[in-house]
Amino acid sequence: MDYNFHWRPVFRQLPDLFEAGLLTLEVAILSMILGIVLGLVLALLRINGPRPLRWIANIWVELARNTPALFQLFFFGFGLGAFGLHLTPYLIVLLGLSFNNAGYLAENFRGGFLAVPDTQFRAARSLGMTASQTYIRIIIPQVLRIVYHPMTNQMVWAVLMSSLGMLVGFRELSGETQFFASKTYRIFEYFAVTAVIYYVVVKIILIGSKLAARRLFKY
Amino acid sequence: MSEPISFFSGFQANDLLFLGEAAGRTLLISTLSITIGTVFGIFFGWALQASRWLAQTTIGTILDMFRSVPLIIQLILFYNFFPIIGWNTSPFAAGAVVLSIYTAALVANVARGGIEAVGIPMRRAARSLGMSYWQDLRYVVWPIGLRAVFPSWVGVALSVIKDSALVSVLGYMELLRASQILITRTQEPFIILACAGAFYFALSYPLSKYSQKLEESWTS
Amino acid sequence: MIEIKQLHKYFGKLHVLQGIDLNVNKGEVLSIIGSSGSGKSTLLYCINGLEPIQQGQITVDGIPVHEPKTDINKLRQKLGMVFQQWNSFPHLTALENVALAPKIVRKMSKDAAKTIAEKQLRHVGLGDKLDVYPSALSGGQQQRLAIARALAMEPEYMLFDEATSALDPELVGEVLDTMRLLAEEGMTMICVTHEMSFARDVSDRVAYFHQGHMEEVGPPAQIFGDPQSPHTRKFLASVR
Repeated sequence: MDYNFHWRPVFRQLPDLFEAGLLTLEVAILSMILGIVLGLVLALLRINGPRPLRWIANIWVELARNTPALFQLFFFGFGLGAFGLHLTPYLIVLLGLSFNNAGYLAENFRGGFLAVPDTQFRAARSLGMTASQTYIRIIIPQVLRIVYHPMTNQMVWAVLMSSLGMLVGFRELSGETQFFASKTYRIFEYFAVTAVIYYVVVKIILIGSKLAARRLFKY
Repeated sequence: MSEPISFFSGFQANDLLFLGEAAGRTLLISTLSITIGTVFGIFFGWALQASRWLAQTTIGTILDMFRSVPLIIQLILFYNFFPIIGWNTSPFAAGAVVLSIYTAALVANVARGGIEAVGIPMRRAARSLGMSYWQDLRYVVWPIGLRAVFPSWVGVALSVIKDSALVSVLGYMELLRASQILITRTQEPFIILACAGAFYFALSYPLSKYSQKLEESWTS
Repeated sequence: MIEIKQLHKYFGKLHVLQGIDLNVNKGEVLSIIGSSGSGKSTLLYCINGLEPIQQGQITVDGIPVHEPKTDINKLRQKLGMVFQQWNSFPHLTALENVALAPKIVRKMSKDAAKTIAEKQLRHVGLGDKLDVYPSALSGGQQQRLAIARALAMEPEYMLFDEATSALDPELVGEVLDTMRLLAEEGMTMICVTHEMSFARDVSDRVAYFHQGHMEEVGPPAQIFGDPQSPHTRKFLASVR
């Protein structure tokens, strides 16, 4: 082996990588928030929405789950470009990830809603709660517990998937790494460090989620 | 009179052939990786289940890394690492190796779940009938565990087919990379993406519905 | 007073209630007995507006339950209901289970809701379980929690839908005791029940339901001692 590893230039660039890592987290978190809200709506529409809306929800969920995430990003990039709508790389990644998250989370939420017995709904209504009070106070908190673990996994996925940003010109952690790597030709070193950063971020999310669960779900 | 404008201008029949070939490569690299990854994954899953902490700390930790780092980073990393250790490899070979390990990491979890799904009482019953450890694995654990986790395995396989699109980053001409190239040349993004998307969807949707059906009929 | 006039209820083609006429007066305890599928539970759901009706009318203190312009959520505050499956809200403590509806439906202050919740939990004998989650309570305790939850709305009527039939036999007594206590306090109650001794000892009147009809209604002594309908006689012989 006659390859000499050069780590120093990578370490000098670490602050930039960390900053890009924050951008990765930002886009992952925002895409999760959008994904959760949209996923809830999609799940409710799939369970008992009016016909045309239910079809749209079904198509959304199936497309998100049955095509590659990269394809979905390309769609928000090139695809919308075909209609003269040119999004920034940031928006392409954010919308692409949100579309994907919403599709996967909608299936989890649907399972969660079906797992809460409908007698809970009746009991709440018999106390005079309105339908929306029942959903907000009784049903959704229980669904959230059921889907908490899948939701954590989806958050990890969002972080991992955001690395596709580098293929659409977005300089989050992976894009930034590629930028520096191609400038210095230290490709292996740069991506090795970035891999470690991703690993640590994923572990922090998993541990944080476990700790939060202990506080959130005492029952 | 202006020239008649066709929606398909720039996009020709042999482009479709080009896409078709690329789709074939997507199928090739994913089938290969799923096959190799599944074999290793089952072995790892068994090891994780059979010897708690030794396998857990070695195989377990390594496989966990493959699940915690973006696949695209893994691909770039290994593609640039192999020449360092003196193996000048093609994008296809590097991609297949990484995808196989990645698949094995996912399948290991599924396989372990399958073995655990069989349950201790059932296995004790098998052993009490005089079956050897291997007979128990072959005639009791395998059929019952397979049934329990087959739908999850289909899910893993489908996600590997979709994730194989990322091998494009190494320059391997699979379906999405071919689409990208065609888009740049023809400026017809919509029709080309629609073709690529339809291919993935046509492959993934029926299989995922089928495994969902199996799961429902087996749990009820 | 609850007044039920010529009530018909269908589930699709199934005619589950076939012209029920029944009045329940303030302060009265009415038990409804009959085999399963006789429509007795459905009647309770109809009174509470949880099920639509196809014909006839139900009024509670003169307010028609199934009129579209009736504020059903407001009317339900008059009608406490306890279900066969106790349906405690698993994500809330006992106190929160009981305090929630007073807070968000009756718009009481947090403190007032808490006070009334505590009072009702003591009432049903769960004063020492305020901060416990339902998963740590037995079935009987959860059912008493459900009773406290309904009582915290300070209802004028209580509807019990087979409140003890999902319980283990040794837990039935504590729930029946709580129901008995409410009856003694003068609560107006309609109890769909399989507990014949409760029906006989606690009720003012007993109604026997058979295949969507109310076969007969009267004081317990008459229903149990001298049933008029052959169906009633057969049913009582089978449960004895």
